[in-house]
Amino acid sequence: MIPLALILQGSVTHEYDALFWSIVALCTVVAIAIASFLIFCAWHYRRREPDEIPPQIRMNIPLEATWIAVPTVIFACMFVYGSKLFFDIERPPDNTEDVYVIAKQWMWKLQHVGGQREINTLHVPVGRSIRMNMISADVIHSFYVPAFRIKQDVLPGRYTTIWFRAQTPGTYHLFCSEYCGTEHSQMIGWVYAMDPKDYQLWLEQGGAEGSLASTGEKYFHQFGCSNCHHFDGHGPGPSLAGLFGHAVQTEEGRVVLADESYIRDKILNPSAKVPQGFKSTVMPTFKGQLNEDEITALIAYIKAIGPRQGSEMPSGPGEQLGDYGGVMPDLSQPAAPPTPTPNPGGVH
Amino acid sequence: MATQTLVEVQTTNYLNEKTGIMSWLFTTDHKRIGLLYIFSITFFFFFGGLFAVLMRIHLLTPRGLIFDHETYNKLFTMHGIIMVWFFLIPSIPNTLGNFVLPMMIGAKDLAFPKLNLLSWYIFMLGGLVTLYAITRGGVDTGWTFYTPFSTLYSTTFVIAAALGILIAGFSSILTGLNFIATVHRMRAPGLTWFRLPIFIWSMYATSVILVLATPVLAITLAMVAVERVFRVGIFDPALGGDPLLFQHMFWFYSHPAVYIMILPAMAVVSEIIPAFSRKPLFGYKAVAFSSVAIAVVGFLVWGHHMFVAGISVYSAMVFSLLSYAVAVPSAIKVFNWTTTLYKGSIDMKAPLLYAIGFIALFTIGGMTGLMLAAIGLDVHVTDTYFVIAHFHYIMVGGSVMAFLGGIHYWWPKISGRMYPEFLAQLCAITIFIGFNLTFFPQFVLGYLGMPRRYAAYPPEFQVLNVLSTAGASILGVGYIVPLIYLIWSWRYGEKASSNPWRATGLEWKTSSPPPTHNFERTPIVTWDAYDYEAQKEELQLG
Repeated sequence: MIPLALILQGSVTHEYDALFWSIVALCTVVAIAIASFLIFCAWHYRRREPDEIPPQIRMNIPLEATWIAVPTVIFACMFVYGSKLFFDIERPPDNTEDVYVIAKQWMWKLQHVGGQREINTLHVPVGRSIRMNMISADVIHSFYVPAFRIKQDVLPGRYTTIWFRAQTPGTYHLFCSEYCGTEHSQMIGWVYAMDPKDYQLWLEQGGAEGSLASTGEKYFHQFGCSNCHHFDGHGPGPSLAGLFGHAVQTEEGRVVLADESYIRDKILNPSAKVPQGFKSTVMPTFKGQLNEDEITALIAYIKAIGPRQGSEMPSGPGEQLGDYGGVMPDLSQPAAPPTPTPNPGGVH
Repeated sequence: MATQTLVEVQTTNYLNEKTGIMSWLFTTDHKRIGLLYIFSITFFFFFGGLFAVLMRIHLLTPRGLIFDHETYNKLFTMHGIIMVWFFLIPSIPNTLGNFVLPMMIGAKDLAFPKLNLLSWYIFMLGGLVTLYAITRGGVDTGWTFYTPFSTLYSTTFVIAAALGILIAGFSSILTGLNFIATVHRMRAPGLTWFRLPIFIWSMYATSVILVLATPVLAITLAMVAVERVFRVGIFDPALGGDPLLFQHMFWFYSHPAVYIMILPAMAVVSEIIPAFSRKPLFGYKAVAFSSVAIAVVGFLVWGHHMFVAGISVYSAMVFSLLSYAVAVPSAIKVFNWTTTLYKGSIDMKAPLLYAIGFIALFTIGGMTGLMLAAIGLDVHVTDTYFVIAHFHYIMVGGSVMAFLGGIHYWWPKISGRMYPEFLAQLCAITIFIGFNLTFFPQFVLGYLGMPRRYAAYPPEFQVLNVLSTAGASILGVGYIVPLIYLIWSWRYGEKASSNPWRATGLEWKTSSPPPTHNFERTPIVTWDAYDYEAQKEELQLG
């Protein structure tokens, strides 16, 4: 039996519950006041004579002004606190560990950077921020862990992200919360929040054939990406070294951030958002030739390529893997170079 | 006793002037068309209610008691489609609105009586097409038809159901146009805008939404059909479309549609409260402008259904702010209704019990709406039973309570008979208790994380689900008994006088039931709405 989600389990659980119950308390007070007033009137002003006519009170401007102004101020506060909480839920901290999620009818496929694959379960260490990079292979799903107070729809065709940090070791429900067809209610799983040592052990027993990035490297050669994208920058296509997390100047004069979505777009729809100087280079589209698993691996590889030209593959997951520090990066200047993150437990 | 004498002399009325089935099927009398709608939507209400009962029984056990998952999915889809488009949206406007709106403004009929009849036929055609979809095997997309599931993945009767809704939409548009034209052109002499009852203001605001929002639904459903049949990429990214485009378009209609369902309920409550406290509605202008504000701002808040759908953080903030803005006029209304009772002469008849029940449940629904409008709080509870409870408090606790209150309030006018008062009071209280027992546990379920649209659920949620089902059985009884005693009273009820409540509206100045052309002489209005002082003599008060 899994305990109900009433104790602190995720990074925003405490903050969430504080706001939730504050508003509940405020609303309860107001609701009781209104109900008491209704009951008082119903009894105290009950009709005593069938023909009686009560005083005809029509309007009281100060009273109207008060009950327009007071709710407006209270609602404004709710808006501010609600938005602040939303930023905390949406904006991942620096140094997250990435997990790649592919949702499909009716299962969750999750992959760690170390290459460990899971279906309908997710093992994470407590105290570590986990960022989920999610995509659907078919219809819209939604990644929902009630105990962590997080939820994000998972869309076909583009990545969405959500992050959390488990606080207490335990087993927590994972639900699909966007209706996705017949077995929607069976698209459920468990999040195992583990002590970092246990997690380390789990990773080592995970039976990964190699890190996600190394799988991606294999595809990089297999699908011919390496024919054009040389690391020395002398190939027909742009070098991808150090691309991830940086701003790209496009031919149309726009500046876009090279994140997971950008790289996915470029693989499937290369003629849009062409980097400056590569207008005449034609890259074939890989639409329909790569599945989401393969695209995920390629992205992990491109993410792992360090800023140095011709660098070799990093030996373990996360060694060179950085992450940009927010969902709304400032695009006016190139993003900071990826921050090296401590190795959460390399798989060798 | 002039009015009383009139009733006895008056023998022909809209019910007995012509008889036979044809006199009903080809009637252009707004009152008869209102009755046609009452029969139609009552049928759809119990049909949709049956699905709800089956769902609640199924959810008694964690693994589901009766149905396989596909059948359960079809049940909640059809419950939603029928209740939203074939009960809630037409409920108050097309029944009570049709019946009393022309009388309230002293008119003989609506501006376009034939269009009014056409609107009923279109509604029934839409209903039949939807019933065809249901009997052929049903739909499993949810009433929201989210893409790309509805366009490329569902193998059920999506197009037939969408077509039924699209057709019914035209009925809404025609009714809306008719009401707008009527309110502008057919008011009795002296009945200026600020002398209109709040019912008319709210119904006018509703009509504006019906006319402006419904076409967007038609376009959206047509696009779903085009993608489904011709594989044109509109919503499915595999075909080059955008699934969120559908959600934007759908909620651009469906959020205003929420106000189509609640504004008429507010309209009814704004009539009942003055009538049973013998006071003008407190803050008349504030309440009137609140209706208009809700109709306008209601068009700008659709994104609050999409906070976790993958829209940008900043657009979510804009939608959150606007959602709070639309909550202000609702709060204003609640305070004004409540204050109207202060120092009144309160007669706690069944309609007022319903109206007070409405205020209580609408307030709870509205307050939980405040929590859902806070973006950070929405993340956890959206798409859970918290949302289910929230909108049932508004739609069922609000709209259905007001609808029943209105039916009881105007029943003497509609049927010429009184309903059994004690039984009606008992039912109003039963419905209030049953409703809370059904839906309050769902707030808790949602907070604990039970997602909506689950045919099976983890065992720790069972206790609350059983409680909810128990409440639903009480609620069901509360709905069936009024159906029985109202039918009974149609024949055996005590004869009603023209104005049994001694209310001030123009509809009470003609006989019960009214003659076909409503008034012997067109009334001339020299008083404000709910003006008991001005009508003291006529109502024999004081």
